[in-house]
Amino acid sequence: MTADEARSQLDERVREMMAWHFSEETGTPFWLDWKKEAGWDPREEVKSIDDIVKFPHFQDEWLRDEKNERFVPNAYKGRPFNIFETGGTTGLPKQRVGWDDYKHDYEQFSDQLSDEYFPKGGNWIMVGPTGPRRLRLAVEHLANHRGGSCYHVDLDPRWVKRLIGRKELDQVERYQAHVMAQAVEIIKHRDISCIFTTPKLLASIGERISIPDHGIKGCFCGGTSMTPEYVRFLQEEVLENKSLFVPTYGNTLMGLAVSLPEELPQNDYSVTYFAPQPRAVLRIVDAENTEITKDYGEYGRVELTTLTHEFFMPRFLERDEAIRRHPHEKYPWDGVGDVRPFGALTKKVIEGVY
Amino acid sequence: MSAPHIPILRQGKVYQSLDVQTVPKLGTDEAAAEISFACADMIKYDMHKMESAREALKKFSCEELVAITKKAGEYFLEADLPIGTDGELQSPEDYVLSLASTSGLPHSLIRMNMKRLGGIFGQIDDIFQGLTRGLEWSVLDRGYGEQGGAPVSFSPTTTELAVILPSNSPAVNALWIPSIAMKVPVLLKPGREEPWTPWRIIQAFIKAGCPPEAFSLYPTQHDGSGAIIRRAGRVMLFGDDSTVKQYENDERVEVHGTGYSKFVIGEDEIENWEQYVDSMVESVSANSGRSCICTSTIVVPRYGDEIADAISKRLAEIKPLAQDDPEAKLSGFANPKFAEWINEAVEDGLTSSGATDVTAKYRDGDRFQEREGMNYLQPTIVRVDSFDESLALREFLFPFASVVECPQGEVLEKIGYSLVLTAVTKDVKWINQLFDCPEIERLNIGNVPTNRISWNQPHEGNLFEFLYTRRSFAFAESA
Repeated sequence: MTADEARSQLDERVREMMAWHFSEETGTPFWLDWKKEAGWDPREEVKSIDDIVKFPHFQDEWLRDEKNERFVPNAYKGRPFNIFETGGTTGLPKQRVGWDDYKHDYEQFSDQLSDEYFPKGGNWIMVGPTGPRRLRLAVEHLANHRGGSCYHVDLDPRWVKRLIGRKELDQVERYQAHVMAQAVEIIKHRDISCIFTTPKLLASIGERISIPDHGIKGCFCGGTSMTPEYVRFLQEEVLENKSLFVPTYGNTLMGLAVSLPEELPQNDYSVTYFAPQPRAVLRIVDAENTEITKDYGEYGRVELTTLTHEFFMPRFLERDEAIRRHPHEKYPWDGVGDVRPFGALTKKVIEGVY
Repeated sequence: MSAPHIPILRQGKVYQSLDVQTVPKLGTDEAAAEISFACADMIKYDMHKMESAREALKKFSCEELVAITKKAGEYFLEADLPIGTDGELQSPEDYVLSLASTSGLPHSLIRMNMKRLGGIFGQIDDIFQGLTRGLEWSVLDRGYGEQGGAPVSFSPTTTELAVILPSNSPAVNALWIPSIAMKVPVLLKPGREEPWTPWRIIQAFIKAGCPPEAFSLYPTQHDGSGAIIRRAGRVMLFGDDSTVKQYENDERVEVHGTGYSKFVIGEDEIENWEQYVDSMVESVSANSGRSCICTSTIVVPRYGDEIADAISKRLAEIKPLAQDDPEAKLSGFANPKFAEWINEAVEDGLTSSGATDVTAKYRDGDRFQEREGMNYLQPTIVRVDSFDESLALREFLFPFASVVECPQGEVLEKIGYSLVLTAVTKDVKWINQLFDCPEIERLNIGNVPTNRISWNQPHEGNLFEFLYTRRSFAFAESA
């Protein structure tokens, strides 16, 4: 696919989603009400991705304050939905409803995985936040889709954030050790060839056992930002340059942005992620004037637009910033590089806790 | 010379990180050094392997390591030693210039600190003997032996001595140098503006024949320091009273905190106070008043006004000068904000009617000065009415002391903790009381400036007892 073809495909997707979410037959009650209040019809005015700036930024508080049923497209009315929660520490969490998006996202992701490092039929282990998170089902679906089963070890990030907030770092280490002990036992005693976990948990497992020596060939990682030096450490030392490190960027609202793991060494381990276009689009914007897209090579705030039949979310400002990167021949649309918490250089952020 | 790249040392192996930070020359945008930063998890990984570093040191006898340490001292003072990763060499003069450029220390003070560190290397045998109370070195080589006719055996408490170093005081490296002769590898986290001294000491040791595995150097962020502190078997760190409090029940951690060192004159000697002015001036101002062994409170039974006045006149002669001026004795602040904060704290204390800045009338200009892009605080003596004044028992990172009058009989109940206390007296009864006081760490009797300490006696803890524990043992007769 060329960049022009990718762009046409995306514009077509935008028109399709406007027609879907803003028509009475298939549309979403939340957006239909929004259209009435806004006084304009996105089906008429939003014809391409460039027009998406006509929408205001999606506020994630809506996912907490609105009833979930308001986000059920009329086309899916009466069909039970999954409820997935995003981060959060206290109070009512933000929730997203869904049906098959996670399956589509992870099947699409599966196509990008190397069969050498993520062998078909191999079993997986997921070590990280399970519970009400989309990831719990998504990773298991990925394993099943590739012909394997998935073991799980849970970690509650909300509790870890609380401990860090209270500066109880000893407790954080003890809790992490408790999680690690469970993960290591399973890895040692079951046939597992692939792992999903977070960077810090991966490092923590690697402190206890040799990950490649225990049969794990591929590691799909996500959850927090990583500096190039940390990515290098994980690939060269934790995975001993024997297993493959596959960093991803994603969340409940987007799906999964993929990277180019095979090119990491030549890029000095600077990770560039590419959104799962046309299902979701990432844009690097000027934090002060978010209608402006930053130039290539510049840092800006990450803006996400999700365009699926199940969920429409325009211009959501992520809590991250990243460098706008050029399209790649494998993914001919803009990438986002060296993601880090928004304002990382000016304020303290509790991030990367697990 | 160009700005060198200071890499991470992982048991002596050079590692260049992708996380590189520039340390500028103070007051400029010009780079003084590029520094590789280590991530916390890498340090954690390496700490699992420290036993091999100790094994490398154990291949040497203590006698050999003492000889290596002495030789290293000569190299530290005189040799051109490797700096950075490009094969460049650093002369002693280059070292002075580099450290001055990032720390704000005058060249004269850096040279003084070099000499002091040189003394640690050179006196390592005395230090070893002093801290072990005369233990024969072979006891550590063999693991057991005799001391004073009694069987003794010592086992290490740790596989490494970790040290979180500050940026403002190269002399603190003296604390870890003897660890090598005691066969315990070091894991150092340098201060951001001061990688120079630990790097040069390490290079001197390696040139002298010490196994590189004995040295790990990790420039790192706060989380890296945290990992070191939580995981190392033995840790030295530097901090204020809150840091001391945080680790007071952790036997692994030795916090070098505020010294609250004092100079007191007894009733029997107070009429001779003029003879002790030189000592008091040195005690307050040595090393730009930055050491925990510098006097921060002077306690006398009477003549408080006269003593404060006499010391002030002398201290007012110490002014901000060019860093390369041989007469420069006052350090600038690498972090310019520090000078502002400290000055505000002093001014806050002076709002009380019971506290007077006696130096103000003698010095040129305000306490706070700017010169060539750096901030300075000029020496300050504050006469306080009583220990109730907020400045009576304060310690700051510049030549500062309070002068307070107090009857000799009440001194011990008023002064609190003292890292060093000099008592000018011949009153045997009082001297005995002073020796009995658990709140005094180092006690000088007579006219000895507080900043003069001997390293063959414990300084904020005995390094040997920190690194080794005595065990009981027996051999069966047939063994």
